[in-house]
Amino acid sequence: MSGLEISHLDVWFGSGHDRVDAVKDVSFRVDSGASFGLVGESGSGKSTILRALTGLVPNWSGEMLVAGEKLGKKRTAQFYKKVQMVFQDPYASLHPRHTVDQVLSETLYLHGFDAIDRRIVKLLDDVGLGPSFRFRYPHQLSGGQRQRVAIARALAPEPEILLLDEPTSALDVSVQAEILNLLVDLRMARKLTYVMVSHDLAVVGHMCERIAVMQLGEIVEIMSVADMRTMKTSHPYTKHLLESSLGYKRVESIG
Amino acid sequence: MLEQQDKLLDVQNLWVKFPTRSGVFDAVRGISFSLGKERLGIVGESGSGKSMTGRAILRLIRKPGIVSADRIMLHDKDLMTMSEREMRKVRGQRISMVMQDPKFSLNPVMTVGEQIMEAYAQHAKASKADVKRKALDMLEAVSIRDPERVFRAYPHEMSGGMGQRIMIAMMLIPNPEILIADEPTSALDVSVQTQVLSIMDRLVQERGMGLIFISHDLNLVSSFCDRVLIMYAGRIVETCRADKLHEARHPYTRGLLNSLPRLTEPRERLDVLKRDPAWREAQSVSGAS
Repeated sequence: MSGLEISHLDVWFGSGHDRVDAVKDVSFRVDSGASFGLVGESGSGKSTILRALTGLVPNWSGEMLVAGEKLGKKRTAQFYKKVQMVFQDPYASLHPRHTVDQVLSETLYLHGFDAIDRRIVKLLDDVGLGPSFRFRYPHQLSGGQRQRVAIARALAPEPEILLLDEPTSALDVSVQAEILNLLVDLRMARKLTYVMVSHDLAVVGHMCERIAVMQLGEIVEIMSVADMRTMKTSHPYTKHLLESSLGYKRVESIG
Repeated sequence: MLEQQDKLLDVQNLWVKFPTRSGVFDAVRGISFSLGKERLGIVGESGSGKSMTGRAILRLIRKPGIVSADRIMLHDKDLMTMSEREMRKVRGQRISMVMQDPKFSLNPVMTVGEQIMEAYAQHAKASKADVKRKALDMLEAVSIRDPERVFRAYPHEMSGGMGQRIMIAMMLIPNPEILIADEPTSALDVSVQTQVLSIMDRLVQERGMGLIFISHDLNLVSSFCDRVLIMYAGRIVETCRADKLHEARHPYTRGLLNSLPRLTEPRERLDVLKRDPAWREAQSVSGAS
Protein backbone atom coordinates (compact mmCIF):
# COMPACT_ATOMS: atom_id res chain seq x y z
CA MET A 1 0.00 0.00 0.00
CA SER A 2 1.39 3.35 -0.91
CA GLY A 3 -1.17 5.80 0.30
CA LEU A 4 -0.53 9.14 1.84
CA GLU A 5 -1.52 10.31 5.27
CA ILE A 6 -1.16 13.73 6.80
CA SER A 7 -2.18 14.49 10.34
CA HIS A 8 -2.13 17.77 12.26
CA LEU A 9 0.18 19.46 9.80
CA ASP A 10 1.20 23.03 10.60
CA VAL A 11 3.43 25.08 8.32
CA TRP A 12 4.66 28.55 9.17
CA PHE A 13 7.02 31.13 7.74
CA GLY A 14 9.00 33.70 9.69
CA SER A 15 9.05 34.05 13.46
CA GLY A 16 7.87 36.35 16.21
CA HIS A 17 5.78 39.24 14.92
CA ASP A 18 6.33 38.27 11.30
CA ARG A 19 5.18 34.71 11.74
CA VAL A 20 2.63 33.65 9.17
CA ASP A 21 0.78 30.41 9.70
CA ALA A 22 0.27 29.17 6.17
CA VAL A 23 -1.20 25.78 7.04
CA LYS A 24 -3.07 25.12 10.27
CA ASP A 25 -3.83 21.70 11.69
CA VAL A 26 -4.50 19.97 8.39
CA SER A 27 -5.29 16.25 8.32
CA PHE A 28 -6.32 14.03 5.44
CA ARG A 29 -5.54 10.68 3.91
CA VAL A 30 -5.34 9.56 0.32
CA ASP A 31 -5.62 5.85 -0.40
CA SER A 32 -3.36 4.18 -2.89
CA GLY A 33 -4.65 4.73 -6.41
CA ALA A 34 -7.07 7.48 -5.37
CA SER A 35 -7.21 11.01 -6.66
CA PHE A 36 -7.49 13.79 -4.11
CA GLY A 37 -8.10 17.46 -4.82
CA LEU A 38 -7.23 20.56 -2.84
CA VAL A 39 -9.12 23.72 -3.76
CA GLY A 40 -9.10 27.21 -2.35
CA GLU A 41 -8.19 30.77 -3.22
CA SER A 42 -4.68 32.13 -3.42
CA GLY A 43 -3.03 32.19 -0.04
CA SER A 44 -5.21 29.42 1.37
CA GLY A 45 -2.19 27.14 1.79
CA LYS A 46 -3.04 24.48 -0.78
CA SER A 47 0.29 24.62 -2.62
CA THR A 48 2.17 24.88 0.67
CA ILE A 49 0.90 21.42 1.64
CA LEU A 50 2.48 19.96 -1.50
CA ARG A 51 5.69 21.86 -0.82
CA ALA A 52 5.75 20.53 2.75
CA LEU A 53 5.33 16.99 1.47
CA THR A 54 8.25 17.32 -0.94
CA GLY A 55 10.47 18.92 1.70
CA LEU A 56 10.49 22.40 0.21
CA VAL A 57 9.44 24.29 3.36
CA PRO A 58 11.77 24.61 6.34
CA ASN A 59 9.29 24.88 9.22
CA TRP A 60 6.56 22.37 9.80
CA SER A 61 5.18 20.16 12.53
CA GLY A 62 2.78 17.28 12.58
CA GLU A 63 2.99 13.91 10.92
CA MET A 64 3.26 12.95 7.27
CA LEU A 65 3.23 9.33 6.18
CA VAL A 66 3.98 8.17 2.67
CA ALA A 67 3.44 4.46 2.05
CA GLY A 68 3.45 3.89 5.80
CA GLU A 69 6.82 5.58 6.24
CA LYS A 70 7.10 8.62 8.44
CA LEU A 71 8.76 11.63 6.85
CA GLY A 72 11.56 13.34 8.74
CA LYS A 73 13.28 16.66 8.14
CA LYS A 74 15.19 15.43 5.10
CA ARG A 75 13.82 13.55 2.08
CA THR A 76 15.72 10.54 0.79
CA ALA A 77 16.35 9.60 -2.84
CA GLN A 78 13.97 6.72 -2.14
CA PHE A 79 11.23 9.25 -1.38
CA TYR A 80 11.70 11.13 -4.65
CA LYS A 81 11.51 7.86 -6.51
CA LYS A 82 8.08 7.34 -5.03
CA VAL A 83 6.72 10.91 -5.08
CA GLN A 84 7.09 13.37 -7.94
CA MET A 85 5.62 16.77 -8.66
CA VAL A 86 4.37 18.67 -11.72
CA PHE A 87 4.52 22.45 -11.35
CA GLN A 88 2.14 25.16 -12.43
CA ASP A 89 4.10 27.11 -14.96
CA PRO A 90 5.78 25.07 -17.69
CA TYR A 91 7.55 28.22 -18.85
CA ALA A 92 9.38 28.54 -15.55
CA SER A 93 9.85 24.92 -14.48
CA LEU A 94 12.01 23.73 -17.41
CA HIS A 95 15.66 24.75 -17.75
CA PRO A 96 15.81 27.05 -20.79
CA ARG A 97 19.20 25.77 -21.92
CA HIS A 98 18.60 22.06 -21.48
CA THR A 99 17.08 20.00 -24.26
CA VAL A 100 14.22 17.62 -23.52
CA ASP A 101 16.76 14.82 -23.78
CA GLN A 102 19.00 16.40 -21.10
CA VAL A 103 16.06 17.04 -18.75
CA LEU A 104 14.91 13.43 -18.92
CA SER A 105 18.31 11.71 -19.00
CA GLU A 106 19.54 13.66 -15.97
CA THR A 107 16.51 12.57 -13.94
CA LEU A 108 16.93 8.97 -15.04
CA TYR A 109 20.66 9.02 -14.35
CA LEU A 110 20.19 10.50 -10.86
CA HIS A 111 17.75 7.76 -10.00
CA GLY A 112 20.19 5.10 -11.15
CA PHE A 113 18.32 3.72 -14.14
CA ASP A 114 19.95 1.77 -16.93
CA ALA A 115 18.93 1.74 -20.60
CA ILE A 116 18.39 5.50 -20.45
CA ASP A 117 18.14 5.84 -24.20
CA ARG A 118 15.29 3.37 -24.50
CA ARG A 119 13.47 4.83 -21.50
CA ILE A 120 13.51 8.34 -22.94
CA VAL A 121 11.88 7.17 -26.16
CA LYS A 122 9.26 5.33 -24.11
CA LEU A 123 8.57 8.32 -21.85
CA LEU A 124 8.14 10.71 -24.77
CA ASP A 125 5.79 8.23 -26.37
CA ASP A 126 3.80 7.86 -23.14
CA VAL A 127 3.11 11.58 -22.88
CA GLY A 128 2.13 11.85 -26.53
CA LEU A 129 5.26 13.52 -27.86
CA GLY A 130 7.07 11.80 -30.70
CA PRO A 131 10.83 11.15 -30.84
CA SER A 132 11.18 14.31 -32.92
CA PHE A 133 10.81 16.36 -29.74
CA ARG A 134 13.77 14.73 -28.04
CA PHE A 135 16.44 17.24 -28.94
CA ARG A 136 14.40 20.40 -28.72
CA TYR A 137 14.86 23.25 -26.27
CA PRO A 138 11.88 24.53 -24.24
CA HIS A 139 11.54 27.67 -26.37
CA GLN A 140 10.89 25.44 -29.37
CA LEU A 141 7.83 23.95 -27.64
CA SER A 142 4.31 25.29 -27.05
CA GLY A 143 2.88 25.59 -23.54
CA GLY A 144 1.05 22.28 -23.79
CA GLN A 145 4.12 20.49 -25.12
CA ARG A 146 6.23 21.89 -22.30
CA GLN A 147 3.75 20.63 -19.75
CA ARG A 148 3.95 17.19 -21.39
CA VAL A 149 7.73 17.30 -20.95
CA ALA A 150 7.28 18.29 -17.29
CA ILE A 151 4.93 15.31 -16.86
CA ALA A 152 7.43 13.00 -18.58
CA ARG A 153 10.14 14.19 -16.21
CA ALA A 154 7.89 13.52 -13.23
CA LEU A 155 7.13 10.03 -14.56
CA ALA A 156 10.79 9.21 -15.24
CA PRO A 157 11.59 7.69 -11.80
CA GLU A 158 8.39 5.61 -12.08
CA PRO A 159 6.70 7.21 -9.06
CA GLU A 160 3.58 5.94 -7.35
CA ILE A 161 2.34 9.32 -6.22
CA LEU A 162 2.11 12.40 -8.42
CA LEU A 163 1.63 15.82 -6.89
CA LEU A 164 0.01 18.20 -9.38
CA ASP A 165 0.24 21.90 -8.58
CA GLU A 166 -2.21 23.72 -10.90
CA PRO A 167 -0.92 21.76 -13.90
CA THR A 168 -3.19 23.45 -16.45
CA SER A 169 -3.85 26.96 -15.16
CA ALA A 170 -1.30 28.52 -17.54
CA LEU A 171 -2.81 26.81 -20.59
CA ASP A 172 -5.65 27.53 -23.01
CA VAL A 173 -8.84 25.52 -22.47
CA SER A 174 -8.36 23.34 -25.56
CA VAL A 175 -4.81 22.47 -24.44
CA GLN A 176 -6.03 22.00 -20.89
CA ALA A 177 -8.41 19.30 -22.15
CA GLU A 178 -5.52 17.44 -23.80
CA ILE A 179 -3.37 17.53 -20.66
CA LEU A 180 -6.24 16.49 -18.36
CA ASN A 181 -7.03 13.57 -20.67
CA LEU A 182 -3.37 12.57 -20.64
CA LEU A 183 -3.30 12.66 -16.84
CA VAL A 184 -6.45 10.52 -16.62
CA ASP A 185 -4.93 7.96 -19.04
CA LEU A 186 -1.60 7.84 -17.23
CA ARG A 187 -3.30 7.29 -13.91
CA MET A 188 -5.25 4.37 -15.35
CA ALA A 189 -2.22 2.84 -17.05
CA ARG A 190 0.22 3.21 -14.17
CA LYS A 191 -2.15 2.98 -11.18
CA LEU A 192 -0.94 6.34 -9.93
CA THR A 193 -2.11 8.23 -6.87
CA TYR A 194 -2.83 11.91 -7.52
CA VAL A 195 -2.94 14.87 -5.20
CA MET A 196 -4.05 17.82 -7.27
CA VAL A 197 -4.13 21.48 -6.32
CA SER A 198 -6.28 23.87 -8.30
CA HIS A 199 -8.37 26.97 -7.95
CA ASP A 200 -10.68 25.72 -10.70
CA LEU A 201 -13.46 23.63 -9.19
CA ALA A 202 -14.52 22.22 -12.53
CA VAL A 203 -11.02 20.87 -13.20
CA VAL A 204 -10.75 19.30 -9.76
CA GLY A 205 -14.27 17.92 -10.12
CA HIS A 206 -13.24 16.29 -13.38
CA MET A 207 -10.05 14.75 -12.01
CA CYS A 208 -10.63 13.86 -8.37
CA GLU A 209 -12.90 11.66 -6.29
CA ARG A 210 -12.51 13.46 -3.01
CA ILE A 211 -11.96 17.17 -2.57
CA ALA A 212 -10.78 19.26 0.36
CA VAL A 213 -11.81 22.92 0.44
CA MET A 214 -9.27 25.21 2.06
CA GLN A 215 -9.60 28.68 3.48
CA LEU A 216 -6.91 30.67 5.32
CA GLY A 217 -4.70 27.64 5.89
CA GLU A 218 -7.39 25.34 7.19
CA ILE A 219 -9.42 22.61 5.57
CA VAL A 220 -13.00 23.71 6.05
CA GLU A 221 -14.57 20.68 4.44
CA ILE A 222 -13.68 17.37 2.77
CA MET A 223 -16.35 16.18 0.38
CA SER A 224 -16.92 13.66 -2.38
CA VAL A 225 -17.15 14.85 -5.94
CA ALA A 226 -20.78 13.70 -6.09
CA ASP A 227 -21.66 15.99 -3.19
CA MET A 228 -19.83 18.84 -4.84
CA ARG A 229 -21.72 18.39 -8.10
CA THR A 230 -25.07 18.48 -6.35
CA MET A 231 -23.96 21.41 -4.15
CA LYS A 232 -24.48 19.31 -1.05
CA THR A 233 -22.28 21.26 1.27
CA SER A 234 -22.44 22.08 4.92
CA HIS A 235 -20.01 24.97 4.88
CA PRO A 236 -20.95 28.48 3.72
CA TYR A 237 -17.51 29.11 2.22
CA THR A 238 -17.73 26.04 -0.02
CA LYS A 239 -21.15 27.15 -1.14
CA HIS A 240 -19.79 30.59 -1.94
CA LEU A 241 -16.92 29.12 -3.98
CA LEU A 242 -19.23 26.81 -5.88
CA GLU A 243 -21.62 29.61 -6.73
CA SER A 244 -18.87 31.95 -7.90
CA SER A 245 -17.42 29.25 -10.12
CA LEU A 246 -20.66 28.93 -12.05
CA GLY A 247 -20.25 32.36 -13.65
CA TYR A 248 -21.32 35.92 -13.04
CA LYS A 249 -24.75 36.57 -11.60
CA ARG A 250 -26.11 39.93 -12.55
CA VAL A 251 -27.46 42.19 -9.87
CA GLU A 252 -30.85 43.45 -11.07
CA SER A 253 -30.34 46.43 -13.34
CA ILE A 254 -30.80 49.89 -11.95
CA GLY A 255 -33.79 51.97 -12.99
CA MET B 1 -29.40 47.19 -36.06
CA LEU B 2 -28.45 50.17 -33.99
CA GLU B 3 -29.23 53.65 -35.12
CA GLN B 4 -26.19 55.59 -36.23
CA GLN B 5 -26.22 57.88 -33.18
CA ASP B 6 -26.29 54.95 -30.74
CA LYS B 7 -23.09 53.60 -32.18
CA LEU B 8 -20.18 54.62 -30.01
CA LEU B 9 -17.53 52.90 -32.04
CA ASP B 10 -17.45 51.51 -35.55
CA VAL B 11 -14.43 49.57 -36.75
CA GLN B 12 -14.01 48.60 -40.42
CA ASN B 13 -11.39 46.21 -41.78
CA LEU B 14 -8.86 46.41 -38.96
CA TRP B 15 -5.43 44.83 -39.50
CA VAL B 16 -2.50 44.55 -37.11
CA LYS B 17 0.75 43.44 -38.72
CA PHE B 18 4.20 42.72 -37.39
CA PRO B 19 7.09 42.51 -39.84
CA THR B 20 9.45 39.67 -38.88
CA ARG B 21 12.54 38.13 -40.42
CA SER B 22 10.41 35.49 -42.07
CA GLY B 23 7.78 37.81 -43.53
CA VAL B 24 4.86 39.80 -42.18
CA PHE B 25 2.88 38.25 -39.33
CA ASP B 26 -0.78 39.27 -39.29
CA ALA B 27 -2.05 39.30 -35.70
CA VAL B 28 -5.44 40.74 -36.63
CA ARG B 29 -6.70 40.12 -40.14
CA GLY B 30 -9.34 42.53 -41.36
CA ILE B 31 -12.07 42.49 -38.73
CA SER B 32 -15.10 44.76 -38.56
CA PHE B 33 -17.38 45.36 -35.63
CA SER B 34 -19.29 48.07 -33.84
CA LEU B 35 -20.06 48.90 -30.25
CA GLY B 36 -23.14 50.52 -28.77
CA LYS B 37 -24.00 51.14 -25.12
CA GLU B 38 -23.51 47.49 -24.32
CA ARG B 39 -21.13 44.95 -22.90
CA LEU B 40 -19.34 43.41 -25.84
CA GLY B 41 -17.21 40.35 -25.10
CA ILE B 42 -14.27 39.28 -27.25
CA VAL B 43 -13.18 35.70 -26.59
CA GLY B 44 -10.49 33.50 -28.06
CA GLU B 45 -7.37 31.59 -27.15
CA SER B 46 -3.96 33.11 -26.66
CA GLY B 47 -2.68 34.35 -29.98
CA SER B 48 -6.13 34.86 -31.48
CA GLY B 49 -5.63 38.62 -31.68
CA LYS B 50 -8.15 39.69 -29.05
CA SER B 51 -5.77 41.84 -26.99
CA MET B 52 -4.24 43.29 -30.15
CA THR B 53 -7.71 44.39 -31.23
CA GLY B 54 -8.21 46.29 -27.96
CA ARG B 55 -4.84 47.96 -28.20
CA ALA B 56 -5.21 48.80 -31.89
CA ILE B 57 -8.38 50.80 -31.21
CA LEU B 58 -6.34 53.11 -28.98
CA ARG B 59 -3.44 52.95 -31.45
CA LEU B 60 -1.25 51.51 -28.73
CA ILE B 61 0.59 49.02 -30.92
CA ARG B 62 4.29 49.64 -30.55
CA LYS B 63 6.59 49.93 -33.55
CA PRO B 64 7.46 48.04 -35.71
CA GLY B 65 3.84 46.85 -35.44
CA ILE B 66 1.50 48.38 -38.02
CA VAL B 67 -2.19 49.15 -37.53
CA SER B 68 -4.32 49.73 -40.58
CA ALA B 69 -8.06 50.07 -40.99
CA ASP B 70 -10.55 51.58 -43.39
CA ARG B 71 -11.90 53.46 -40.43
CA ILE B 72 -12.20 53.40 -36.64
CA MET B 73 -15.04 55.81 -36.01
CA LEU B 74 -15.60 57.19 -32.54
CA HIS B 75 -18.99 58.83 -33.14
CA ASP B 76 -18.19 60.93 -36.23
CA LYS B 77 -14.41 61.18 -35.80
CA ASP B 78 -12.00 58.74 -37.43
CA LEU B 79 -9.27 57.70 -34.99
CA MET B 80 -7.09 56.51 -37.87
CA THR B 81 -6.68 60.01 -39.26
CA MET B 82 -5.99 61.71 -35.93
CA SER B 83 -2.59 63.07 -35.04
CA GLU B 84 -0.74 61.64 -32.05
CA ARG B 85 -1.59 64.84 -30.16
CA GLU B 86 -5.32 64.44 -30.82
CA MET B 87 -5.10 60.74 -29.90
CA ARG B 88 -3.77 61.68 -26.49
CA LYS B 89 -7.03 63.52 -25.82
CA VAL B 90 -8.99 60.41 -26.72
CA ARG B 91 -6.98 58.00 -24.59
CA GLY B 92 -8.21 57.98 -21.05
CA GLN B 93 -10.73 60.75 -21.57
CA ARG B 94 -13.04 59.17 -24.13
CA ILE B 95 -11.77 55.62 -24.38
CA SER B 96 -9.86 54.07 -21.51
CA MET B 97 -8.38 50.69 -20.89
CA VAL B 98 -8.04 48.39 -17.87
CA MET B 99 -5.13 45.96 -18.13
CA GLN B 100 -4.80 42.42 -16.90
CA ASP B 101 -2.37 42.72 -14.04
CA PRO B 102 -2.35 45.67 -11.62
CA LYS B 103 1.17 44.69 -10.55
CA PHE B 104 2.58 45.79 -13.87
CA SER B 105 0.22 48.60 -14.70
CA LEU B 106 0.37 50.84 -11.64
CA ASN B 107 3.36 53.06 -10.97
CA PRO B 108 5.20 51.46 -8.03
CA VAL B 109 6.82 54.67 -6.80
CA MET B 110 3.72 56.85 -6.70
CA THR B 111 0.98 56.67 -4.11
CA VAL B 112 -2.41 55.45 -5.26
CA GLY B 113 -3.92 58.88 -4.61
CA GLU B 114 -1.35 60.74 -6.71
CA GLN B 115 -1.90 58.37 -9.61
CA ILE B 116 -5.65 58.76 -9.57
CA MET B 117 -5.39 62.51 -9.24
CA GLU B 118 -2.97 62.60 -12.14
CA ALA B 119 -5.41 60.64 -14.30
CA TYR B 120 -8.11 63.22 -13.58
CA ALA B 121 -5.97 66.36 -13.74
CA GLN B 122 -4.75 65.34 -17.22
CA HIS B 123 -8.16 65.96 -18.64
CA ALA B 124 -10.01 68.34 -16.36
CA LYS B 125 -9.24 71.75 -15.00
CA ALA B 126 -10.04 71.84 -11.32
CA SER B 127 -8.50 72.94 -8.06
CA LYS B 128 -6.31 70.50 -6.20
CA ALA B 129 -8.85 70.12 -3.41
CA ASP B 130 -11.58 69.30 -5.91
CA VAL B 131 -9.40 66.73 -7.65
CA LYS B 132 -8.63 65.09 -4.35
CA ARG B 133 -12.27 64.91 -3.35
CA LYS B 134 -13.13 63.45 -6.73
CA ALA B 135 -10.39 60.81 -6.32
CA LEU B 136 -11.67 59.81 -2.89
CA ASP B 137 -15.24 59.60 -4.22
CA MET B 138 -14.05 57.36 -7.02
CA LEU B 139 -12.24 55.04 -4.61
CA GLU B 140 -15.45 54.79 -2.67
CA ALA B 141 -17.38 54.07 -5.86
CA VAL B 142 -15.22 50.99 -6.49
CA SER B 143 -16.09 49.71 -2.99
CA ILE B 144 -12.81 50.47 -1.25
CA ARG B 145 -13.62 50.54 2.43
CA ASP B 146 -11.06 53.01 3.74
CA PRO B 147 -10.43 55.44 0.85
CA GLU B 148 -8.31 57.85 2.95
CA ARG B 149 -5.83 55.11 3.86
CA VAL B 150 -5.69 53.64 0.37
CA PHE B 151 -5.21 57.13 -1.05
CA ARG B 152 -1.93 57.46 0.84
CA ALA B 153 -0.74 53.88 0.20
CA TYR B 154 1.64 52.57 -2.45
CA PRO B 155 0.58 49.88 -4.95
CA HIS B 156 2.70 47.14 -3.33
CA GLU B 157 0.69 47.54 -0.14
CA MET B 158 -2.49 46.55 -1.97
CA SER B 159 -3.83 43.09 -2.73
CA GLY B 160 -4.49 42.04 -6.33
CA GLY B 161 -8.21 42.68 -6.08
CA MET B 162 -7.70 46.12 -4.59
CA GLY B 163 -5.07 46.97 -7.23
CA GLN B 164 -7.53 46.03 -9.93
CA ARG B 165 -10.24 48.20 -8.37
CA ILE B 166 -7.81 51.12 -8.09
CA MET B 167 -7.03 50.73 -11.77
CA ILE B 168 -10.73 50.75 -12.59
CA ALA B 169 -11.16 53.89 -10.46
CA MET B 170 -8.32 55.54 -12.34
CA MET B 171 -9.75 54.62 -15.71
CA LEU B 172 -13.26 55.76 -14.88
CA ILE B 173 -12.47 59.06 -13.22
CA PRO B 174 -12.30 61.06 -16.51
CA ASN B 175 -15.74 59.57 -17.29
CA PRO B 176 -14.94 57.90 -20.62
CA GLU B 177 -17.58 56.78 -23.08
CA ILE B 178 -15.88 53.49 -23.80
CA LEU B 179 -13.99 51.18 -21.47
CA ILE B 180 -11.77 48.44 -22.88
CA ALA B 181 -11.04 45.79 -20.25
CA ASP B 182 -8.34 43.29 -21.21
CA GLU B 183 -8.66 40.20 -19.00
CA PRO B 184 -9.47 42.44 -16.00
CA THR B 185 -10.17 39.56 -13.64
CA SER B 186 -7.91 36.73 -14.82
CA ALA B 187 -5.36 37.37 -12.09
CA LEU B 188 -7.98 37.40 -9.34
CA ASP B 189 -9.60 34.78 -7.13
CA VAL B 190 -13.17 33.84 -7.96
CA SER B 191 -14.84 35.69 -5.11
CA VAL B 192 -12.86 38.89 -5.74
CA GLN B 193 -13.57 38.44 -9.43
CA THR B 194 -17.31 38.58 -8.79
CA GLN B 195 -16.86 41.76 -6.76
CA VAL B 196 -14.79 43.52 -9.43
CA LEU B 197 -17.22 42.49 -12.16
CA SER B 198 -20.25 43.78 -10.29
CA ILE B 199 -18.50 47.12 -9.78
CA MET B 200 -17.77 47.36 -13.50
CA ASP B 201 -21.26 46.26 -14.34
CA ARG B 202 -22.82 48.89 -12.10
CA LEU B 203 -20.63 51.72 -13.37
CA VAL B 204 -21.23 50.79 -17.00
CA GLN B 205 -24.98 50.83 -16.44
CA GLU B 206 -25.09 54.00 -14.38
CA ARG B 207 -22.96 55.96 -16.82
CA GLY B 208 -24.25 54.45 -20.05
CA MET B 209 -20.80 53.43 -21.18
CA GLY B 210 -19.82 50.96 -23.86
CA LEU B 211 -17.65 48.13 -22.58
CA ILE B 212 -15.32 45.88 -24.57
CA PHE B 213 -14.54 42.91 -22.37
CA ILE B 214 -11.63 40.80 -23.58
CA SER B 215 -11.35 37.37 -21.99
CA HIS B 216 -10.46 33.74 -22.57
CA ASP B 217 -13.10 32.59 -20.09
CA LEU B 218 -16.18 31.50 -22.05
CA ASN B 219 -18.41 30.95 -19.05
CA LEU B 220 -17.63 34.34 -17.63
CA VAL B 221 -18.23 36.18 -20.89
CA SER B 222 -21.47 34.36 -21.52
CA SER B 223 -22.80 35.30 -18.09
CA PHE B 224 -21.44 38.85 -17.98
CA CYS B 225 -21.73 40.32 -21.48
CA ASP B 226 -24.59 41.18 -23.85
CA ARG B 227 -22.95 40.17 -27.10
CA VAL B 228 -19.86 38.12 -27.96
CA LEU B 229 -17.35 38.04 -30.79
CA ILE B 230 -15.36 34.81 -31.05
CA MET B 231 -11.91 35.27 -32.55
CA TYR B 232 -9.64 32.70 -34.12
CA ALA B 233 -6.31 33.37 -35.82
CA GLY B 234 -6.94 37.11 -36.12
CA ARG B 235 -10.45 36.86 -37.50
CA ILE B 236 -13.95 36.87 -36.07
CA VAL B 237 -15.36 33.40 -36.71
CA GLU B 238 -18.71 33.90 -35.03
CA THR B 239 -20.79 36.46 -33.23
CA CYS B 240 -23.82 35.83 -31.06
CA ARG B 241 -25.81 36.98 -28.06
CA ALA B 242 -23.86 36.20 -24.92
CA ASP B 243 -26.62 34.21 -23.26
CA LYS B 244 -26.92 32.11 -26.42
CA LEU B 245 -23.20 31.32 -26.49
CA HIS B 246 -23.89 27.74 -25.49
CA GLU B 247 -25.90 27.31 -28.67
CA ALA B 248 -23.04 28.59 -30.83
CA ARG B 249 -22.72 26.94 -34.23
CA HIS B 250 -19.17 27.36 -35.40
CA PRO B 251 -17.09 24.18 -34.90
CA TYR B 252 -14.33 26.19 -33.22
CA THR B 253 -16.68 27.71 -30.63
CA ARG B 254 -18.31 24.32 -30.11
CA GLY B 255 -14.88 22.74 -29.72
CA LEU B 256 -13.87 25.27 -27.09
CA LEU B 257 -17.10 24.81 -25.16
CA ASN B 258 -16.81 21.03 -25.24
CA SER B 259 -13.23 21.05 -24.04
CA LEU B 260 -14.28 22.71 -20.77
CA PRO B 261 -14.77 20.40 -17.81
CA ARG B 262 -18.16 21.06 -16.19
CA LEU B 263 -19.06 20.60 -12.59
CA THR B 264 -22.65 19.73 -13.32
CA GLU B 265 -22.06 17.30 -16.21
CA PRO B 266 -19.33 14.79 -15.41
CA ARG B 267 -17.63 13.11 -18.35
CA GLU B 268 -15.02 10.40 -18.65
CA ARG B 269 -12.94 12.27 -21.19
CA LEU B 270 -12.88 15.84 -22.38
CA ASP B 271 -13.27 16.54 -26.07
CA VAL B 272 -10.10 17.69 -27.71
CA LEU B 273 -10.35 20.51 -30.21
CA LYS B 274 -9.49 19.42 -33.74
CA ARG B 275 -8.39 22.44 -35.69
CA ASP B 276 -9.57 22.70 -39.24
CA PRO B 277 -7.19 24.65 -41.51
CA ALA B 278 -10.25 26.04 -43.25
CA TRP B 279 -11.11 28.14 -40.16
CA ARG B 280 -7.99 30.19 -40.71
CA GLU B 281 -8.92 30.91 -44.30
CA ALA B 282 -12.61 31.62 -43.84
CA GLN B 283 -13.65 35.24 -44.19
CA SER B 284 -14.16 37.27 -41.04
CA VAL B 285 -17.76 37.58 -39.83
CA SER B 286 -19.03 41.12 -39.31
CA GLY B 287 -19.42 42.02 -35.66
CA ALA B 288 -21.76 44.94 -36.28
CA SER B 289 -24.57 45.15 -33.76
